[in-house]
Amino acid sequence: MADEELTEQTAEEAVAEEASAAPERELPEQAVLAAIVEPHESATWQIADDEWVVMVSAGEYHSLAAAALVNGFATFIDLCGVDYFRARPRFEVVLTLLNYDDPMRLRVRVGVDGDEPVVPSVTDVYPGANFYERETYDLFGIDFSGHPDLTRILMPDDWEGYPLRKDYAVGSVPIQFKDAHKVQ
Amino acid sequence: MAGEVSPPGVLLTTLEKGVNWARTRSMWGAVFGLACCAIEMMATGAAHNDLGRFGMEVFRASPRQADLMIVAGRVSQKMAPVLRQVYDQMSEPKWVISMGACASTGGMFNNYALVQGVDQVVPVDIYVPGCPPGPQSLMHGILTLHEKVMDGEIRRPVIHGVG
Amino acid sequence: MSDKDTTEEQQDAAVAVEETPAVDAPMERGEAGRRRLHEMWVAGTEERADVRHFTDEGAQELLGDEGPDVLAIQRGTVVEDDYEFDDSVDAEERQIINMGPQHPSTHGVLRLQIELEGETVRRVKPIIGYLHTGMEKTGETLTWLQGPTNVTRMDYLSPFHNELAFSLAVEKLLGVDIPERGQVIRILMTELNRVSSHLLWIATQGMDIGAISMMIYGWRERELVLDFFEKVTGLRMNHNYIRPGGVAADLPDGWEDDIEMLLRKVPEGVAEYREILDENPIFLDRTYGVGVITPAECRAYGVTGPAARASGIDFDLRKAFPYSGIDKYEFEVPLGKHGDVLDRYHVRIAEIDQSLGIVRQILETMPAGDYRTADRKVTPPPRKRIDESMEALIHHFKIFTSGFQVPAGEAWQSVESPRGELGVYVVSAGGARPWRVHVRGPSFAHVQALPVAMTDSLIADAVATLASLDPVLGDVDR
Ligand code: SF4
Repeated sequence: MADEELTEQTAEEAVAEEASAAPERELPEQAVLAAIVEPHESATWQIADDEWVVMVSAGEYHSLAAAALVNGFATFIDLCGVDYFRARPRFEVVLTLLNYDDPMRLRVRVGVDGDEPVVPSVTDVYPGANFYERETYDLFGIDFSGHPDLTRILMPDDWEGYPLRKDYAVGSVPIQFKDAHKVQ
Repeated sequence: MAGEVSPPGVLLTTLEKGVNWARTRSMWGAVFGLACCAIEMMATGAAHNDLGRFGMEVFRASPRQADLMIVAGRVSQKMAPVLRQVYDQMSEPKWVISMGACASTGGMFNNYALVQGVDQVVPVDIYVPGCPPGPQSLMHGILTLHEKVMDGEIRRPVIHGVG
Repeated sequence: MSDKDTTEEQQDAAVAVEETPAVDAPMERGEAGRRRLHEMWVAGTEERADVRHFTDEGAQELLGDEGPDVLAIQRGTVVEDDYEFDDSVDAEERQIINMGPQHPSTHGVLRLQIELEGETVRRVKPIIGYLHTGMEKTGETLTWLQGPTNVTRMDYLSPFHNELAFSLAVEKLLGVDIPERGQVIRILMTELNRVSSHLLWIATQGMDIGAISMMIYGWRERELVLDFFEKVTGLRMNHNYIRPGGVAADLPDGWEDDIEMLLRKVPEGVAEYREILDENPIFLDRTYGVGVITPAECRAYGVTGPAARASGIDFDLRKAFPYSGIDKYEFEVPLGKHGDVLDRYHVRIAEIDQSLGIVRQILETMPAGDYRTADRKVTPPPRKRIDESMEALIHHFKIFTSGFQVPAGEAWQSVESPRGELGVYVVSAGGARPWRVHVRGPSFAHVQALPVAMTDSLIADAVATLASLDPVLGDVDR
């Protein structure tokens, strides 16, 4: 199955692939996918029956999302983070889009640097990304530049740490009444 | 209560029984449905299981009108202060049932987000086990609480800083 | 005066009123004219004489239905609230109310901050996280086989869908095939789950807009479905029945009778609900044109499932990306037009019928065979072999203690849950536990779209709108 090939794509691999692909860059057969990845140098892709997976650098992520919107992927489905911990780049942001008219799924994977986790926000392209980016910020501490209201969403506002990072302890945390006086 | 007609000397015990009886027969719950358990709590109140048999079909949204808080479901770190505040707003006498594994111990979620047992936040009278406890379990818990109330004193000792 | 006389006089009056104004009344049409007439009526300016000739017959007469606007205002059939017309209300006159996290509507611990201008909602901000359970973190500490125990508790009204999505994603990575009977059992359970979830939705939606009897009725049929679930899985909710590799156990003997009973009783109940609600003027008033979400907004905010279909988006994952062989069965995708609460109700009612149709087809065509894969990698050896062979015993032990390994990779799988697209994204690093489990809950997107649906509507409609999107907070906060 095609998915199995999609192992964790570290940056070295992506960069290497990009470098080797750069001179005679083949574009995918699918016209729509070709239109999406064509203007983006760093984009690599995988094709399965019902989904396309595109890997792209953080710099080109926003414009790739915009291109996807223009090319029919109008439905925002999901955005989440993954912490690959020892890999470089450490984080990955995964954006999932859907095309209703010609059923196809597009997954965009963006590597995000571990020391300074910043990616552009796509809320201006897909308003639905709002909560999802807040969630990813809350749980992974990935900063979405340009997001209108990047605050914690699931955890209390004054929570310390980013729980879904791999270096955050798994076990329970004692109950704290930090915010008790503020809750009405 | 039936003071005048009682034989002398039993006035106080009878009063106590009478008050306790009255309390158990119309124990109104505060809605505190949180997760899956809340669905079972609602199922207990609905037609099939009919909590109205015990005078408890009224679930009050306002804690001021409630005697019993059924904490049904997982209590998160963010919810804990709210839960405590709702509890504080309930007027005495008040009881708490902790429904389900999550409310009692954190259940299968031993992680950063959940309070590992609601008894860290409010005093609990009855723990109902299960994930989710079926309506029958909850009813059993409620009846056990009724027994407890019947056997207890009218005034519960007030522990300062807790109640 | 007898009743008959009154009616006759009324008719006369009506005729008189209808005839007069067209001739000489200096009527300004539209809002401005209505306002002006309204003001003079109230203030008693000298122009009052102008309008008095409409009502020469005397003040006590009942007035006709078709008349000049000013009469309509007096009768109260046109309600002109001065406050609403006044654009000069500044920000200070708005008030913010806080709904939740603990509130009487049956939709869990959602907190809404609503900014009101009079009765009109101007801004809404959903605040979530009061049920955050950290399941995605817990999911990383459980083996692949234990995973469904965890995800089933997310969207607790459709536990089977959660399990199915997770199991399918894991199977995608594993590359195992599920025998046909296993697949059909999965479809049977998920479709029944759709029925029970929609029944609960009718119950809570009814309750939230004041039809308390619906609250009691809806549970009645749901209990029947839950009894069947309990018989098959041992639990009424949170079943952990669909697992990677198949399902936990075969259907019990006599399941056909239970299904037949359900197929008979549930439609009866639904017909009863339709009788109560379909033509009920209060229900229609409270749902018609309320909480509209347009198709474009659905796409932009990720609103899926019945809510999107009520807006006319013809998309169902069961048709577009069929899973577990659901494309073998015939069913239709009910669509709405207006995207309001009423259409969502109709779509869901129709979906109950369609799901029962699928269940009926399954009843007729249930294949024989194994209910889980024969792949020894994920499935423990049969009980008989364990008694005979040491290897089998060790194998059994290994699967249930350290768990099986899943090849490294990532996979996305989504299923059509009763609320919409339920997606599971799993990443494996090749070990016995997931590296990352992410669940895309449909309710999360629905809560996000609440401001869109609620803004500039009346506060009284807020709960109806909220309920109609059917958010399950366990799914929102996870
Ligand atoms: S105990 Fe079980 S059913 Fe109850 S809230 Fe916890 S997970 Fe849900």
